[in-house]
Parts: sequence; structure tokens; C-alpha cells
Amino acid sequence: MTEILLVIVSAIFVNNVVFARFLGICPYLGVSRKLDTAIGMGLAVTFVMTIATAIGYVLYHGVLVPFNIEFMQTVMFILVIASLVQLVEIILKKVSKSLYNSLGIFLPLITTNCAILGVALISIQEEYSFVTSVVFAFFSALGFILAIVMFAGIREKLDEADIPRPFKNVPIGFISAAILSLAFMGFSGLVK
Amino acid sequence: MNEALNILTRGFVKENPVTKMLLGLCPVLAVTTSAINGLGMGLATTFVLLGSNMVISLASKAIPSTVRIPSFILVIATFVTIVDLLIKAYSPELNQALGIFIPLIVVNCMILGRAEAFASRNGIWYSFIDAIGMGLGFTFALLLLSAFREVLGSGTIFNIPIVGEDASTILVFALPPGAFAGLGLIIAGLNSLEKKQGGK
Repeated sequence: MTEILLVIVSAIFVNNVVFARFLGICPYLGVSRKLDTAIGMGLAVTFVMTIATAIGYVLYHGVLVPFNIEFMQTVMFILVIASLVQLVEIILKKVSKSLYNSLGIFLPLITTNCAILGVALISIQEEYSFVTSVVFAFFSALGFILAIVMFAGIREKLDEADIPRPFKNVPIGFISAAILSLAFMGFSGLVK
Repeated sequence: MNEALNILTRGFVKENPVTKMLLGLCPVLAVTTSAINGLGMGLATTFVLLGSNMVISLASKAIPSTVRIPSFILVIATFVTIVDLLIKAYSPELNQALGIFIPLIVVNCMILGRAEAFASRNGIWYSFIDAIGMGLGFTFALLLLSAFREVLGSGTIFNIPIVGEDASTILVFALPPGAFAGLGLIIAGLNSLEKKQGGK
């Protein structure tokens, strides 16, 4: 139980996907201009990340390890993620129109979101059990939501601020991200 | 020849994948703690880009457009696996330092972007040049950021100390926040340089 708890705290705060592991930076910068799109992207990521890690775990330990072809993991994971994204898109379209309308546009972007592949690879590398992997993926995604929602809030304010010309838009975004990341470093040491 | 030169040089400044188009930022921020890591990551990515650009420009006529993206990703993943195994075999230290960011080259949006926007529409020769230009532009940006961070954060460059033994360094630049701040400052610097040149 304590191990699961440690994984949760570590995934959200200490080793936050964005601020400590540098995964998913593209969507973090790309879709954080508005608060509601940031939340939509975050939910889509949570959905795909959790399922992709679970399927990836099963396939890695059920197919790649018995056949001794672990070097195929990159190819396999990216195929799993790409087909999963397509599948989720089709199912959402049939089952829930409203959910599809709010998450739909983010789904294609997720295939090239390195956070999904990264988290799946990390959980293999750390030799987590199945349950731990799924918990780790889910709470890493929550960490991503936390990061992107905070950042979107800041960016909405930044739009109204008077910023020196060369720093407009992207550079000031990076500087704010640096300050956020600095704040998140305060959590390090919480979990060994 | 002029056309080729144009394709080759635009990846450096005008359309630099990192500072201008903001593509493939995850490895840029993550591995740039020292200049050697930055260079290694840049060259590994360039190799993958070179391979995927050339294969895709040859095969693009044979690939139906509905399965275009999955096929591109598969080609890229193949080259990433090759690079991964090569680095593991010949440079265990680099493998240790770059970690999961080697398999993550596969989702570097710059590579898929070049495949989709350039290689699938152009011949093999131009695709080759494009890959060299963009790859070196990417490497250049990585090298710039990693040198900046290594000098400020650890007081060394390519592991060679450049400040005195007892000089204190700005440790934060070696840590994650320094990556964000460093890239922000570099892009702002390039922006203002460009402004000045444009004004003249």
C-alpha cells in the first residue's frame, strides 16, 4: 500500500511529467492558451495514457518477453498508441457525441505526445507490476493536467501584461514554466 | 544548385526546428545538461531524420494516403530502433545519459513533420539535403542551449573546466528550471537580434 502511495505522490508532484521529466512539452505549450482547451487536452491524455500503459504492459510481458524480442518495444508501443487513439476516436464518436465534441480535436495530437510513450516506457523500465503501472500512468496524467491547467491560467493573465517585445508569446511562456518548475522542485525530497 | 543551398541553410536560422517552429522540444529541454549530451542527441536525431526522409521520399508513391501517417511512424520507429541499438553497443555512457529519450525520438514531431511536409512531396536528393539542414539546425539549437546551461550550471564546457576551482556556479541552470529559462532567454535573444537586422 505504501508503495502505491509513494508512486502516486511521486507521479503527480516530485517527478511531474512536464516539470521534472520533460514529457509532453509540445501540447503543454501548444494548447495552453485557453483554460477549457487545456482541461480537454488533459482529460484526453489521461484516458489514452492509462489504457496505453495497461495494454503495453500486457503485450510487453505477454509477447515480447516470451519471444525474446524486447528490442521491438519502441515499434510495438508506438503502434499500440496509434491504433488505440484511432479506436478511442471511433468509440467516442458512437457512444458519446458530447464527449467526442469536447475531446475529439485533441485525439489525433496525442499520437505524437511523447508523454504517452514516455510513461509507458518508464513503467517498463522501472519494472512496475501491472497495478502499479496503471496507477503510475493515471496519476502521471493527473500531474500533466495539474501542470497544463496552472500554466493556462498564467497564460491567460500574461495576455494582458505588458511584456518586452522580444519576450512576447513563447519566450515569456518558457520563463513562466521555469518559475513553475522551480516551485515544483520544492517537492523533491518528499519521496526517495 | 541555388535551390539546394536554400533548402540546406533554412533549417539553421530562418526555419530552425527548435527556436522558430518549436518542434521536438522534449529532448531539447531534457538532455541539454551538458554539451556532449546535446551533441549526441542532435546527431542521433539527425541520423533518424536522414534515414526516414530518404526512405519516405522513395516510398511515398507506393503508400496509399489513408495509411500515410502510420506508415511514416513505422519507418521512423525502425530507424530509431537501429540508433538505439547502435548507441547501446558503442557508447553505454551516452545511452545512460540520454535514457528513454532515445526511444522517444520516434515521437519527435520534427521528424514526422519533415516526412509529411517535405519528404513525401520531394525527390530523394532534396529530401536528403532537407534532412541534413534540419538535422544540423536541430543539433545547433541543442548545442547552443546545452553549452549555455553547462557553462552557467557547472562551469565547464565539454567537461573542460573554464572557471576556477572555487568559483560558484549557478546550479539552477543544470536543473530542470534552467532548461525552460535557458530556452526562453535564447529565443528572446534571437528574436531581438532578428529585429535589429530587420530594422537596418
